[in-house]
Amino acid sequence: MISAFFIYNQKGEVLISRLYRQDLKRSVADIFRIQVISNTDVRSPIITLGSTSFFHVRHDNLYIVAVTKCNANAALVFEFCYRLVNIGKAYFGKFDEEAVKNNFVLIYELLDEVLDFGYPQNSETETLKMYITTEGVKSQRAVKEDSSKITIQATGATSWRRSDIKYRKNEAFIDVIESVNLLMSTKGTTLRADVSGQIMMRAYLSGTPECKFGLNDKLLLEKDTSHRGLSQRRTNAVEIDDCQFHQCVKLGKFDSDRTISFVPPDGEFELMRYRTTENVNLPFRVHPVVNEIGKSRVEYRVTVKANFSPKLIANNVVIRIPTPLNTASINIRVTAGRARYVPAENSIVWKLPRFQGQSEATLSGEAELSSMTVKKAWSRPPISMDFQVLMFTSSGLLVRFLKVFEKSNYTSVKWVRYMTKAGSYQIRVRKFFIIKFSY
Amino acid sequence: MNDFRVTKPKFFATTKKGENYELRADLNSEYRDRRKDAIKKVIANMTVGKDVSGLFPEVLKNMQTEDLEQKKLVYLYLMNYAKTQPELVILAVNTFVKDTDDINPLIRALAIRTMGCIRVEKIIDYLCEPLRKCLKDDNPYVRKTAAICVAKLYDLNPELATENGFVAVLQDMVSDANPMVVANAVTALAEINEASTTKDIFVINTPTLTKLLVALNECTEWGRIAILTALADYRPSDSKEAEHIVERVIPQFQHVNGSVVLSAIKVVMIYMRIIKTDEMLRQLVRKMAPPLVTLLASAPEVQYVALRNINLILQKRSDILQNEIRVFFCKYNDPPYVKLEKLEIMIKLANDKNVDQLLSELKEYASEVDVDFVRKSVRAIGQCAIKIDEASERCINVLLDLINTKVNYVVQEAIIVIKDIFRKYPNNYEGIIPTLCQNLEVLDEPEAKASLIWIIGEYAERIENADELLVTFLDTFRDENSQVQLQLVTATVKLFLKKPQATQNIVWRLLQIATSECDNPDIRDRAYVYWRLLSTDPQAAKAVVLSDRPVISVQGNTLSGPLLEELINNISTLASVYHKPPETFLGRGRFGADAVQRRAIEEQEEASRESPIQAQVKTNIENLLDLDFNDNSATPTSNTPPSSSKSTNATANVDDLLDLFGGSNMNNDLSTPLQSSSSNNHQNNGLTNDLVSLF
Repeated sequence: MISAFFIYNQKGEVLISRLYRQDLKRSVADIFRIQVISNTDVRSPIITLGSTSFFHVRHDNLYIVAVTKCNANAALVFEFCYRLVNIGKAYFGKFDEEAVKNNFVLIYELLDEVLDFGYPQNSETETLKMYITTEGVKSQRAVKEDSSKITIQATGATSWRRSDIKYRKNEAFIDVIESVNLLMSTKGTTLRADVSGQIMMRAYLSGTPECKFGLNDKLLLEKDTSHRGLSQRRTNAVEIDDCQFHQCVKLGKFDSDRTISFVPPDGEFELMRYRTTENVNLPFRVHPVVNEIGKSRVEYRVTVKANFSPKLIANNVVIRIPTPLNTASINIRVTAGRARYVPAENSIVWKLPRFQGQSEATLSGEAELSSMTVKKAWSRPPISMDFQVLMFTSSGLLVRFLKVFEKSNYTSVKWVRYMTKAGSYQIRVRKFFIIKFSY
Repeated sequence: MNDFRVTKPKFFATTKKGENYELRADLNSEYRDRRKDAIKKVIANMTVGKDVSGLFPEVLKNMQTEDLEQKKLVYLYLMNYAKTQPELVILAVNTFVKDTDDINPLIRALAIRTMGCIRVEKIIDYLCEPLRKCLKDDNPYVRKTAAICVAKLYDLNPELATENGFVAVLQDMVSDANPMVVANAVTALAEINEASTTKDIFVINTPTLTKLLVALNECTEWGRIAILTALADYRPSDSKEAEHIVERVIPQFQHVNGSVVLSAIKVVMIYMRIIKTDEMLRQLVRKMAPPLVTLLASAPEVQYVALRNINLILQKRSDILQNEIRVFFCKYNDPPYVKLEKLEIMIKLANDKNVDQLLSELKEYASEVDVDFVRKSVRAIGQCAIKIDEASERCINVLLDLINTKVNYVVQEAIIVIKDIFRKYPNNYEGIIPTLCQNLEVLDEPEAKASLIWIIGEYAERIENADELLVTFLDTFRDENSQVQLQLVTATVKLFLKKPQATQNIVWRLLQIATSECDNPDIRDRAYVYWRLLSTDPQAAKAVVLSDRPVISVQGNTLSGPLLEELINNISTLASVYHKPPETFLGRGRFGADAVQRRAIEEQEEASRESPIQAQVKTNIENLLDLDFNDNSATPTSNTPPSSSKSTNATANVDDLLDLFGGSNMNNDLSTPLQSSSSNNHQNNGLTNDLVSLF
């Protein structure tokens, strides 16, 4: 499997170099620097030279590189690289050159633990933190608990949870976070609209709780309604295209009867991810009108309408409207929020800290263009949007219940929050930049 | 989380001379902190590639310590430099063996893990006893580490691992109660099996199968992949068993780790060959689609692997994502390698229902800035036209719109694909030829030029000024690329055959230049062949040059059956990314830097050759080149020393040849072999004989 693992900075200096197998030399690091880091035109994340393959992922100002000499499982190698980045973030807050340099000893320790002979081992951050600790801050748990307990847990069937957790107050918080993705064509038709959702849970529950979690999942409810004949429920149900679960969820059980049951890890974790494409409620509609007047002026009129209930409010709404590369000056008026021209991004950035449901805002303005001697190729990027709407889900997904079963039979308090934010929310604009000739 | 960040001395700071000397002093220091900092400095130097092997004895002295962190650092050093100091490594053995008896399982595991990585013969003798003990350890963490250690030992000394019964212990460990031990035993066995000569180390039978299926639901994500990979190599006895296993594998589609999902898909794709129940197969196809689509929401690199695999899966099961074309639409900020893969898949999914949507999407891409992506998008439009008959007219319209943008490379690419569309639908769209011809001057790429010239030749009778268009090239003929020259020769001959009046002069001039002034034997010989043909029997020439073209289709990006099956066995691996069997990129033995460099160049060449779209273009060109021969064998010159050597003499006789134009009584055995696909030699012999008989 993975024969060597390297971390480079942007200049191509090796920060971490760990060999797992003897089939290559440390100097193989130079080959990657020459072939990828110094090469301006790299068009693939995998490069094979001879029988040596380099897999690289970029994060912050780092190159994370795995080297193999076999027909490796490419998906696994990349997933592992990203896992390592996440472990780094969980340990150091940030995973960049500085963090790597300051913690290289710890990173070597981690690399020794998560890969053995090039095969990934336990990579659960919560478990790792129990026995791999920084010298300054010894984890209190590690001191208290003896290592045999840790190791049994780290390899067991519920490797994510200790057995002796106690809380005075048993609570569970559920956050439903949806990213809504939109691709709207120049004609204003929706090319793609889908929701990728995430259900985050913070569990502060004693003992070994068995949880059951219920959503307004259409497939599940349809089964129910056929028994009880509750037709009203069906209309509120959501069709989930696909979902993935945290390690702790019993996949077999979900496959057989679509119930989500699990023993949660302690603290915060991502319980599930899901994807829906049916009946997506788009929180915002954007109507852009862009007119080119002669060769020196472009007129903009962009109207944004909030499509959700007037009782709700969207926060941090940002609309980015691209401008031609030869824009000299811009004159903008807005009915709400603030807009300014950011030459470095070649766009008008329009920010609205609060945006009430069903309301509307308009930006109008003109861009003066300087005349160009050389016509530069510029494909017009789409208008993009950023926002957050609390207590709203684009998919219509609702949490129906969370049941907690534990031996000691304690009562627990559950909280649910919903939020929808922009994923990749893009509205294409007609290309006015191309000059048409007719014969 | 930030509380883990601690400020520490700068271990990567620049160094002075005599550094190792100072480090040596520090390593021998009486103060613990000083020694530890020195070890860290040594590791930092090792990382940046400095040779610190000289400090071996001093570092080794620091091995016996209560400080786990320090111990790990010394072990790290040992793994690196053990080979340079095989004699001294023996000194470490005692500590290792003692550590494998430690009460702390973490230390036991660390010792056995590290010992396995020290590849010195002398150490191995001391490894067996501790390893035997660790394989039977009460603690699963130690057992799972020992399991991998067996694979390390086998790699070093297969006989020793087998004779000591370690491999047998590993086989028993597949039935361990702990899921992670099972997973690591499977991993180790798979590796040993691969390396063994007999390939019978890891055989799954019914009891182990049950164990694996149980462990599958309990172990870590990486363990699941190991088990799924083992299942993929297992051959179920019948359809029923395959169905049973598949049912246990399908829940893994819901795993959050994309590589687990792909490994599960691999098992299902392989078992689908055995499953006979239609209902089950339908169900599997239906269940596979959503997780494949979900993979497109992963990190771009994982997406790339997924897309390459979807490409394979679609070639095997074309119905799988039939209604999902929209999820493959490119986002503005997708990396180029993802965009190009999405394009490939969109063409595969194109049908008469979604083609309108696809075309407007492709048109959108054609106005982006990335030249490579734009060109491939334009090419995709052409492929749609060839694939879907009903859509060809719409495709032509989109291409015309693109030509009107006057963006140079878009125009050139559009003309290249229009040539193919003309090939597929002859006599349907000649109306657009004037528009194309307006762009003749802006074309500067050989392929685009050659394409337009081919169109002119093909439709010479409908283009009033075809002769004028071609004449403009006569003066620059020598400077043209050989691809363009070949097309010019053929197009001019076509023009002459279609409009013999008033074009005789052009043909004569062109053939004269091509035969007398051209260094390229391909072109010279083709000119001679035509000349000969024209002079012998114009009717035969017509039959040959203007014969019907074989139909073309979207080929090139589909793989042959056996290769496809082999690649499906390799889903999710490098082979599936490259669409090549593993042995093509895995050499035997190690490569020096020079060899790597050399291979890199070869690889690059190969890549440009292998790139599917380019490959297709190439076949198209070959088709063009071979049009008149109706045969894929190489161009006549490839093995014709006789005719090439004669040709210099022959140039002197151009006038003689010209006299033959009107047709003579010479034997015309030339046209027959050309029309039928006979061997090159035959043609060449014929040609040479003819040439000889001329004098």
